[in-house]
Amino acid sequence: MNHLSPIFKTQYLAMLLLFGVALVLPYVVSNYHVFQLSMVLTYSIAIVGLNLLTGYCGQISLGNGAFFAIGAYTTAFFMDHYDVPYWATLPIAALICGVFGYLFGLPAVKLDGNYLALATFALAVALPQLLKYKHLEFLTGGVQGIVILKPEAPLDHVFGLTMNSDRWLYYFSLAVTLLMFWVAWNLIRGRIGRAFIAIRDQPTAAACMGINLPLYKSLAFSISAIFTGIAGSLSAILVAYVSPDSFNVTLSITLLVGMVVGGLGSLSGAIFGAIFVLMIPNVVDQISKAAPSAIYGVVLIVMMYFMPWGMNGAFRILFSKVRRFF
Amino acid sequence: METFIHQIMAGIATGGIYAALALALVMIYQSTHHINFAQGEIAMFATYLAWLLIQAGVPYWLAFFCTIAIAFLLGVMIQRLVIRPVEKAPVLNVVVVFIGLMITINSLAGWFFGFTIKSFPSPFPSHPPFGSSYVSSHELGSISVTLALLITLFLFFRYTSLGLAMRAAAQNPESSRLVGIRVGWMLALGWGLAAGIGAVAGMMVAPVVFLDPNMMSGVLLYAFAAALLGGIDSPGGAVIGGMVVGVLENLLGAYVIGTELKLTVAMLLIITVLVIRPSGFFGKVIVSRV
Amino acid sequence: MSILLDIQHLNANYGATQVLFDLNLQIHEGGITTLLGANGAGKTTTLRAVSQMVSTTGTILLGGIQIDSLATEDIVRHGVAHVPDGRGTFTALTTEENLRLGSYTRTSKAEINADLEKMFTYFPRLKERKDQQAGTLSGGEQQMLAIARALMLRPRLLLLDEPSFGLAPLIVREIFQIMSAINQSDRVTILLVEQNAALALDLADHAYLLEAGRLVMSGSAQELQNDPAIRRSYLGD
Repeated sequence: MNHLSPIFKTQYLAMLLLFGVALVLPYVVSNYHVFQLSMVLTYSIAIVGLNLLTGYCGQISLGNGAFFAIGAYTTAFFMDHYDVPYWATLPIAALICGVFGYLFGLPAVKLDGNYLALATFALAVALPQLLKYKHLEFLTGGVQGIVILKPEAPLDHVFGLTMNSDRWLYYFSLAVTLLMFWVAWNLIRGRIGRAFIAIRDQPTAAACMGINLPLYKSLAFSISAIFTGIAGSLSAILVAYVSPDSFNVTLSITLLVGMVVGGLGSLSGAIFGAIFVLMIPNVVDQISKAAPSAIYGVVLIVMMYFMPWGMNGAFRILFSKVRRFF
Repeated sequence: METFIHQIMAGIATGGIYAALALALVMIYQSTHHINFAQGEIAMFATYLAWLLIQAGVPYWLAFFCTIAIAFLLGVMIQRLVIRPVEKAPVLNVVVVFIGLMITINSLAGWFFGFTIKSFPSPFPSHPPFGSSYVSSHELGSISVTLALLITLFLFFRYTSLGLAMRAAAQNPESSRLVGIRVGWMLALGWGLAAGIGAVAGMMVAPVVFLDPNMMSGVLLYAFAAALLGGIDSPGGAVIGGMVVGVLENLLGAYVIGTELKLTVAMLLIITVLVIRPSGFFGKVIVSRV
Repeated sequence: MSILLDIQHLNANYGATQVLFDLNLQIHEGGITTLLGANGAGKTTTLRAVSQMVSTTGTILLGGIQIDSLATEDIVRHGVAHVPDGRGTFTALTTEENLRLGSYTRTSKAEINADLEKMFTYFPRLKERKDQQAGTLSGGEQQMLAIARALMLRPRLLLLDEPSFGLAPLIVREIFQIMSAINQSDRVTILLVEQNAALALDLADHAYLLEAGRLVMSGSAQELQNDPAIRRSYLGD
């Protein structure tokens, strides 16, 4: 294909540039910032997971924090109890979350819109209490949670540059992120993605066309859970600690904010969303403990009025307007 | 036996609170088909306002009614300014706005009033009525207040012209316009009433659970369960649902599961009702037309 | 006889589709005017245009006052009562509640109660069922209820959309007789949209014919009744 549209070429170049920057960053910023960058990558995977379910398939989920938690706890459990290497816990978490996602999706299939929002909201609110439940302590560590050892980098030097734990985990997260984005990109372009979009826009017509609605909706939950669970796993490895109160309803709402800011149905927007939700607390924490949430709330409302398509959509519109000048 | 009766009475007391909140949820759902996720936070914020008034020396019952009035105005304002612009937007956008409203109000409360737990006074004496061991004065008082509230609302909707107009606007906006009802303002009034009801619920609950920004999240979950159980579009059902949930919560909590899994039970109840019988016991079963 | 409703150069759209084209109509006070035409000719849309339930350009004057820029609920306050197609009954409310809603914008309780009794004398069946849920009434009763509800406004202008729809001929005749009586005793001006041209022309003084959103004929009811083209197309001659 010789005549790639200019937008595509520019996007392609931009991505390459970004990738280059991403590779170099850990050696340009402090270790703490490297850790934060890793968290941004982690959250972007989770936001993609939510976007696949809500943005592409139209199933409103206010409870994805639960899958994040399951992924995180799975990693913590296997690392702590069975000494499983950190990278091996990711596929395990993916599997367990996939199953849980599918199971949650089964009854959720009958629900739509408001009712689904309510059901997933209930899940998010109830989860911390469940994680603290004393009869599940053998799995969750109860109120205290589980502490794990932060993985060491396998090499001391790479290409003559020092490698430490934070940098190593950053590259690990980067690799996982690229993989998950690639998977998501292919999903969206394939049959499953088209089915999701059909279900979102015209569910009755989709069913008439032979798309098995219950199957695909459960699949959407399952896939979303896998993505979110892997993100949770990564976050557990990075933070080296899981506790029930870090997985309350605020987490689910944070993911929602990230998705809205980045743009519903936008893959690349997930990065913007992740940067936004992780940056805001850093900037406004001094004003008040409550300030980040207040900003999230106002942002959610304002974006629905003025920019329902998120930042990525805004850039596209801006970009196409600028192009008209040339 | 004594504790059993006390559990039932306590259950009726909390049931009254759930009934009131469930009614507020049903009112908004009936007229707009939106679920007001922010209902609990509005109630909590109103309770903080009451606390402010009482701290400033205002006598309790004066503060009580002033708070209801202020909450009413706040509800009307929120509907006109925040909700109306997205009334016709797709469901996802509406849900996002409600969640945004919820966390904004929650964090504003934390910002203005701080996160330390405060005590909130009960207008009822601390010794049990008639020396009874079945029910505390606050519980009895709470039951009376919520009963008075429910009766007032019933009389309002049944016997006043405005109440009739609000019911009409909720059921059939187009025909309502054709008889001259300003449907937009009816919706705003509905929100005002819902906020006022929430204020009453908050002020009755706060002496028991103590005042803090996250005071209402568990209560709201139970109110959702109650509203769904009774039928999300049935006011009478909401009240009955509230009572049932209140009593069940107490009995199950005392004799079966203990207090540690209360929220999980609420969640399971919500999901079960939604999946098995979304219209609840008293709601209308809606057939969706293709 | 003065002109109560004056429609000038009315166009109406549903979204991007235009359905009324440059309509000019005049309804005289105190009379019964009927709007005839086949399905989809734009008759219902014309009534909805008067009530501003559809987007319009052009001028609509009611008793000299311009109403085309007002909201539906304000037009009601100028004395326009609209009985929509499908009747628009509040099915979950009682018969009496439906009637009282008709008088929602009025203030005098005594007069409202007097009018309620008057409606019950016009439509005794409604009195029998006054505490019954309106949705359980038969089709004919719901039509009577819809008309009575509109009359509770004490309107200057009554807009009636297809009152005969789906009703047995006996009931329709009863309703039309009542409408004629009301027009004479209460001096209510009526604009009637009907597919049943024979019935409508019997009742009305004036008639307009719409075809595909355009006015193609107007005159006294008698003139249209005797017109051979009308007789062929709409009266089954």
